[in-house]
Amino acid sequence: MSMRTPLGKVRGLGSAKSGTEHFWQQRLTAIANIPLVIFLVLFCVFMVGADREEMAGAIANPLVALMLVFTIISITWHMRLGMQVIIEDYVHGEGSKLACLLGNTFFSLAVALTGLFAVLKISFGG
Amino acid sequence: MANSPMKERPLSPHLSIYKPMLTTMMSIVHRITGAGLYFGMALFVWWLFAAAHSPGYFDYVQGFIGSWFGRLVLFGFTWALVHHALGGLRHLLWDTGRGFELTKIEWMARATIAGSVALTLLIWIAAYAAR
Repeated sequence: MSMRTPLGKVRGLGSAKSGTEHFWQQRLTAIANIPLVIFLVLFCVFMVGADREEMAGAIANPLVALMLVFTIISITWHMRLGMQVIIEDYVHGEGSKLACLLGNTFFSLAVALTGLFAVLKISFGG
Repeated sequence: MANSPMKERPLSPHLSIYKPMLTTMMSIVHRITGAGLYFGMALFVWWLFAAAHSPGYFDYVQGFIGSWFGRLVLFGFTWALVHHALGGLRHLLWDTGRGFELTKIEWMARATIAGSVALTLLIWIAAYAAR
């Protein structure tokens, strides 16, 4: 027998007020990451030891740039969700937990935007 | 806090009380590799940023990545990435409600370890062959 109110059941958000959204986005990005990680590894393998001209030349290819954009977005989204779970598991003080969660979002966003900016700058001819 | 009734309650047994098992270790390693990759991604975008910055700065960053220490970090990053990806595939399978039999769990754990080491070595051999 469920103790939940009919309204709570309809909303389906639970005590964390976000429902299954975190779980779902973790899986969504995980599935997206399967092909993207293969691309990432290949990109790194071919670019280790390359000079700047070769690297910029590779990123100048729109398909490579687009794949890098997809990869950066999906991975930074996934890693923010994952680190959030780690923080919620181990950081118990309300203040420090909030600080860590803020830091997590800032770090993930900074990584994402730095990567996207670099790829787009090179891709657009910088 | 000193008079809190919480203090007298028995605590649930934690990690240290259980016998370490392969599946436990896999779970812990999945989390550690995830956390490692979290910071490793900063290195990856630092590399991209350097390429967008200038040839001089790119040479500096590429020099760090190309050094023995940089290569060691990159090797660790590759292994963590492959291990976390294979571990993730197991989780996606479990999400469908399959693969929970003990023999299968044990088999998949061993396959993940062997697969992550083999694939990492293969990637690095390919990388050196391509250069």
